[in-house]
Amino acid sequence: MDLIQSYAEELKLIRKPFTKVWVWGLVLAVFLLPLYTDQSLVYIATLVFMFTIGTMGQNLLIGFTGQISFGQAGFLAIGAFTFGHLVRMGVPWPLALVCAGLVAGVFGLLVGFPSLRLKGPYLAIATLGFGVAVYQIFANSPLLSGGRMGLTIEKLEPFWILSAEQTYFYLYFLIAGLFTLLAYNIVSSYMGRAFIAVRDNDIAAEVLGVSLTRYKLLSFAISSFYVGVQGGLLALVLGYLEPNMFTFLVTIDFLVAVIVGGLALVEGSILGAAFVVLAPQVLAEYRALVPMIYGLAIILVLIFEPLGLAGRWLKMRLYFRNWPFR
Amino acid sequence: MKQALEANKPLAAAADKPPLLKIANIETLYFDRIYALRGLTLAIREREIFAVLGPNGAGKTTLLKTIAGLLKDQPNKGTIEFEGRRIHRLAPERVSGRGIVYVPEDRGLFRELTVKENLEIGCWGRRGREVREDMEFVYGLFPILAERGEQQAETLSGGQQQMLAIARALLRRPKLLMLDEPSLGLAPLVARTVYEALLKIAQTGTTILLVEQNAKLAFSIADYGYIMEAGRIVLEGTAAELQQNQDVQELYLGLGGQDASPKGWRLYKKRRTW
Repeated sequence: MDLIQSYAEELKLIRKPFTKVWVWGLVLAVFLLPLYTDQSLVYIATLVFMFTIGTMGQNLLIGFTGQISFGQAGFLAIGAFTFGHLVRMGVPWPLALVCAGLVAGVFGLLVGFPSLRLKGPYLAIATLGFGVAVYQIFANSPLLSGGRMGLTIEKLEPFWILSAEQTYFYLYFLIAGLFTLLAYNIVSSYMGRAFIAVRDNDIAAEVLGVSLTRYKLLSFAISSFYVGVQGGLLALVLGYLEPNMFTFLVTIDFLVAVIVGGLALVEGSILGAAFVVLAPQVLAEYRALVPMIYGLAIILVLIFEPLGLAGRWLKMRLYFRNWPFR
Repeated sequence: MKQALEANKPLAAAADKPPLLKIANIETLYFDRIYALRGLTLAIREREIFAVLGPNGAGKTTLLKTIAGLLKDQPNKGTIEFEGRRIHRLAPERVSGRGIVYVPEDRGLFRELTVKENLEIGCWGRRGREVREDMEFVYGLFPILAERGEQQAETLSGGQQQMLAIARALLRRPKLLMLDEPSLGLAPLVARTVYEALLKIAQTGTTILLVEQNAKLAFSIADYGYIMEAGRIVLEGTAAELQQNQDVQELYLGLGGQDASPKGWRLYKKRRTW
């Protein structure tokens, strides 16, 4: 059907001409979104792009490397506050964004160390401890969190002929696009193979020459880099930060996004992020229902569609490709 | 099937070469107090097949894991040298990098990946044209793997899984291939196929260290054997010598007549010639 003939072909992200057509069509449709929708929808789409980045990072860690982490809220907070403080000190925002990612990445590396000894639920508890500790530190130190007033950050000026919302939309679209490409490349590189090997059978991975230490830590660092960048973008789009935005519930959001979207599927992260951002918007009248919907979604997905929304999408594609056979 | 191999390789000449793997007096402990290996010494020469036999709990698997570096901070005492350089207490991936590849007892497959993906991870960290040559060699050795390329590894039969595990290990170009009970859970006919493949692998110049319960099968291809009991090597010799040994005949080959019974085992313990 579609045999891969060479390594160059294997490394290609888009293998068939038709796929190219619809992928570019989709990109174009998203690009033109602000022309045919109102401002609120553009803003929601901006949030989806932002959330996609962190979800992808989480997916690299949970889905590809198989290391469960509940410390995402901590990395998000570290990224956001690093960004906030740097911008207030006068650092240009693109540089501050990179720094936010790097600082979160360094903390990811530190949190990764327990993963060398701990597995499964034990690792989850250890990282959970980290997330809660970071929240407590920010909540209790006015110097870091900006005190009762929180931290205000200057928002972006509207660019060229675009409105403020559209500026954010295109900027975040671009950044999310870059990070998506990066994620695809990580996954299809030797690094991605090492991650998958570590996830599926760590002894076999070691025996085949994959350094567990290096790749577990690398996975934690990359994942927290992604989440840290999302933290920076969050600060930039809201213009305001306070510790209460980084409670344990944020970690749950990431987890729901990864599972509902599809474990170990990069496109799943996009769908999962969309789900997590859209569900509270759709249920705006019944806020209390949102956690229930999340719980229900996880249960239903794990029972009926273990690969999540992206898995359903893959099956649909397979169905049409093989049509009329099934 | 052994004669073909022996023709290529004069045994006597190999004996005075320095050994490929030299293990001296190693001690391995579990939980800091349970001895699994106590002062074990052995030497593995290049281009031969070595078999380690022994009853359950003798420490055979522990021996392989210790060599592979999979046990943290072990061996507690003693040295392991590979090609004249020490490898004990090295991280497993570094040991693997030196050319020692271990095939675990449970075969250690990436169960959810396809056969092809399993083999690709076997090539991890390698590049160049040799990879393709090795792939072809492996597919030539186990044609079934080429047929089942797109199948999930966990859906393979036991024998095919074992073949996949060996094939994946071969793609690391091992100098020393360590196999933990390759015949475990296989039908006799399938086990024989696997062993024939091992013989072919040995002919390409790979040294093989085999841990086995099935002594008959192991002696059918091994050049040299070690008998382990309670963490020590208690007897060693060429396969032919060992097969002549009375105790080996009784306990491992089941040739002891009426003595091969619990009573025979008690007599053996009393006699304890080693």
